[in-house]
Amino acid sequence: MSEKKPTLGDTKVVAHSELKVDAVALATGRPVYTDDMQLPGTLIARVLWSPHAHARIKRIDTSKARELPGVACVVTHEDVPRVMKTTGGQGYPEPSPYDTPMLDNKVRYVGDRVAAVAAESLEIADRALGLIEVEYELLEPMFDIRAADGEGAPVIHDEPDAKAIIPVPYFPEKNVAAEVDMAIGDVDAALADSDLVIEHETETQYGQHCPIEPHVTLCYIDDDDRLVIRSSTQVPFHVRRIVAQALEIPVRKIRVIKPRIGGGFGAKQEVLEDLVALLCLRTRKPVKHEYTRSEEFVSTRTRHPSVVSVKAGFAKDGSMNALAMRSRLNTGAYGSHALTVLCNCGAKTLPLYHCDNITFDGDSVYTNLPVGGAYRGYGGTQAAFTLEVVMDDAARQLGIDPVALRKQLHIQEGESSPVFRALGEGTEGVDQSIGSCGLDACLDQGAAAIGWAEKYGHGDKTGRYRRGMGMCALMQGSSIPEIDMASASLKMNDDGSFNLLVGATDLGTGSDTVMAQIAAEALGTDLEQILVFSSDTDLTPFDVGAYASSTTYLSGEAVRRTALKVRDQIAGVAASMMGVPVEEVTLGEARAVGGGKEKTYEDIARYALYVKDQFQIGCIDSAISHVSPPPFSAHFVEAEVDTRTGKVSLIKYVSAVDCGTAINPKLAEGQIEGAVVNGIGYAMTEEMVFSNKGRCLNPSLRYYKIPGPTDLPELVTILVPTYEPSGPYGAKSVSEICINGPLPAISNAIFDATGARLLHSPFTAEKVWRAINS
Amino acid sequence: MSITVKCIIDGAPAALTTTPGQTLLDALRDNGHLAVKRGCEQGTCGSCVVLVDGVPLYACLLFAAGMEGRDVTTGAALDRPGVGEKPHPIIAAFVEEAGVQCGYCVPGMALSTQVLLAENPSPTEQEARRALDGHLCRCTGYVKQIKAVLRAAELLKEG
Repeated sequence: MSEKKPTLGDTKVVAHSELKVDAVALATGRPVYTDDMQLPGTLIARVLWSPHAHARIKRIDTSKARELPGVACVVTHEDVPRVMKTTGGQGYPEPSPYDTPMLDNKVRYVGDRVAAVAAESLEIADRALGLIEVEYELLEPMFDIRAADGEGAPVIHDEPDAKAIIPVPYFPEKNVAAEVDMAIGDVDAALADSDLVIEHETETQYGQHCPIEPHVTLCYIDDDDRLVIRSSTQVPFHVRRIVAQALEIPVRKIRVIKPRIGGGFGAKQEVLEDLVALLCLRTRKPVKHEYTRSEEFVSTRTRHPSVVSVKAGFAKDGSMNALAMRSRLNTGAYGSHALTVLCNCGAKTLPLYHCDNITFDGDSVYTNLPVGGAYRGYGGTQAAFTLEVVMDDAARQLGIDPVALRKQLHIQEGESSPVFRALGEGTEGVDQSIGSCGLDACLDQGAAAIGWAEKYGHGDKTGRYRRGMGMCALMQGSSIPEIDMASASLKMNDDGSFNLLVGATDLGTGSDTVMAQIAAEALGTDLEQILVFSSDTDLTPFDVGAYASSTTYLSGEAVRRTALKVRDQIAGVAASMMGVPVEEVTLGEARAVGGGKEKTYEDIARYALYVKDQFQIGCIDSAISHVSPPPFSAHFVEAEVDTRTGKVSLIKYVSAVDCGTAINPKLAEGQIEGAVVNGIGYAMTEEMVFSNKGRCLNPSLRYYKIPGPTDLPELVTILVPTYEPSGPYGAKSVSEICINGPLPAISNAIFDATGARLLHSPFTAEKVWRAINS
Repeated sequence: MSITVKCIIDGAPAALTTTPGQTLLDALRDNGHLAVKRGCEQGTCGSCVVLVDGVPLYACLLFAAGMEGRDVTTGAALDRPGVGEKPHPIIAAFVEEAGVQCGYCVPGMALSTQVLLAENPSPTEQEARRALDGHLCRCTGYVKQIKAVLRAAELLKEG
């Protein structure tokens, strides 16, 4: 007997586009961001960055800098404890290697930390940096992702204390920061049996998140002699833990406050607050550190560049016999997220299609270039590119429509993939079957919106300007199963309103609003009755933070559970007030009804606080997930290529997304549109360019071109509602998946227009022209 | 060397304490006008846009010392704080259309919207898009912000 499929049913607050709760304050520029708090006497921190890609510091003399009037503190590797740690803001024990002390006697890329100064003004701090004398012993640098692990390559992490703290492959002596190897079935035999084998290798470039607010941190010592870190972070609880580790002070001595954040996209999942915290402890004065835009590009974090190959074998009928993926990532000078981004190359792509024989192997290598980190998409971006151009070629050569081939092969509701168990985030994964999948509807509705049936294969391919159609299918996950945890605390006030405290970190996504909507729905009250406050390690309960597409799905579930428990308490109080059994009480519209009587939430709160058997209605609860249900998406693009110049113009871009229930449809659309546009930028123009000495040549929004309002095609966003049984009110994640679409969809459209296959992003006019003319 | 620049800020006479080489962005923020945000200091991102005598300009590319006698408007001029006060129609439009995600770029965009709608009360989609050119947003994809400009035009007409 099959169970009845759960559905959302009638909701009052969830699945409505409620106004974002903090939007007016943000829009009018009220002082809500980190740097908007100004404390008198705040010192300004500045960092001396390495001018060399690979060098040992032979001598460092800070005496002149220290003597400069207005300088409060100068620190170098000689002045700080050497604690090996990672800057990756991940749960403990972190899967990223411990290879990053606060300051070191060796520099590993142009832009690495050398020393730091705190001074009375920015000008004095900058002058002090210029007075620091450093003698370097230059070492041979390594910039080549393909050669980094080769014989005789310079060893970037030759220090004896670099280590992995969980049992994972880590070979710093070979510049290998992470390795993965997974095999299911017999790929070689299946390839040999295939009617068609398609193989492609893609290469992706250094990219930067470019949050419009750069990283900024203000530290001060409070009246109880504790260190307060007010920071633009996605991971306040990890900041607290990792800064305590770096400074060798107890966690209880640190409070981390995340105010409003001007965007993160993964860049602010990195714990870079240690140095400014140290300067604050040393000077006992407030210290502020704000990255300049060029520092933001070079010295925060980037998207791991990649070389990914996919070899897939198909039978004539379109079924996929074998799928072999190999991924190499460039993690740069440090191994932040080196293992987990690598694993996600496979984990967020390979389960999408039915296949019995799958291999995935690869590694992340150190080079003397900027550091890779978490970036929206997180490996899925790099690997979906390769897989989906392979799928495109396969469809063409099999004579099957690319949309139809995806429909034929993609995973369905109730099905599982062996990849889920074989591949987790750094370790083994978790078995799961798909609880919800709206990919067929995404493919149908997306195809209809772009006119796929009329246009695909019908464009004029002879003139100078040629139009082409491209598409792809995508999956991601929702939280890291069995690892991520979120919690919420809720209490009822005199007037029937509620304080909702969540560790979940709103970095501009609207998650505070989404959390409040879930609480209001579960409590049976209006959104305006929920006063939400997030991300203060002293006040709010724990949450791993905003990453891994976890907030709506996991933090939202924590809020729902907490609210349901509070709802039970409200019903209990109402029952005794009305003298009816609790089973006869129904709640909704901020009132309790039972036995012909009615009490408002205000009546109930007052009774509980002031009248009889007084107590605080409220509770705290948490959630973990045993699964990571994938959202699904289909992307379609129409592009026009000027074959004389290679310039590609996008005409229209359609993304259809199954994120389960969209708790706030307009905010969910905003996530999709932002991700698509970021993905378009990465596919078309965004690239950090380096000199032959490893210096970034374009650390500026002027020369690293992110899309502006006039650079974009018509964007169409389609939400395809499904109901995910494991998610709060049927929700899955939405934030990351859509950044993965533009690379393959646009490459496929250029191929359709010109027959030239672009495998190396970004797809600049020069590359397209060369591909057409080769 | 500290100097004082007399100008109008958000409609009120102000004495801006600054130094000869300081940018208008830094001077405004140092003097407590925090609706002006710092994003790049390279005249590219637009989060520091202010109106100088009604013209939207990047505050990071202007010297504060040059503001003597000028009329400077920041995003805070569109704020109507206070319980029960309805937001300015331009702000209401950005909020309604979900044009505010992290919000860092919005005070500047709202000012450019105000300038556009003063000159052209019924802009086309293309005109709305062009009015926001010079402002970078990494969160929204601009779709909802362009709709917000068009919605603001409607709300301003409704009064």
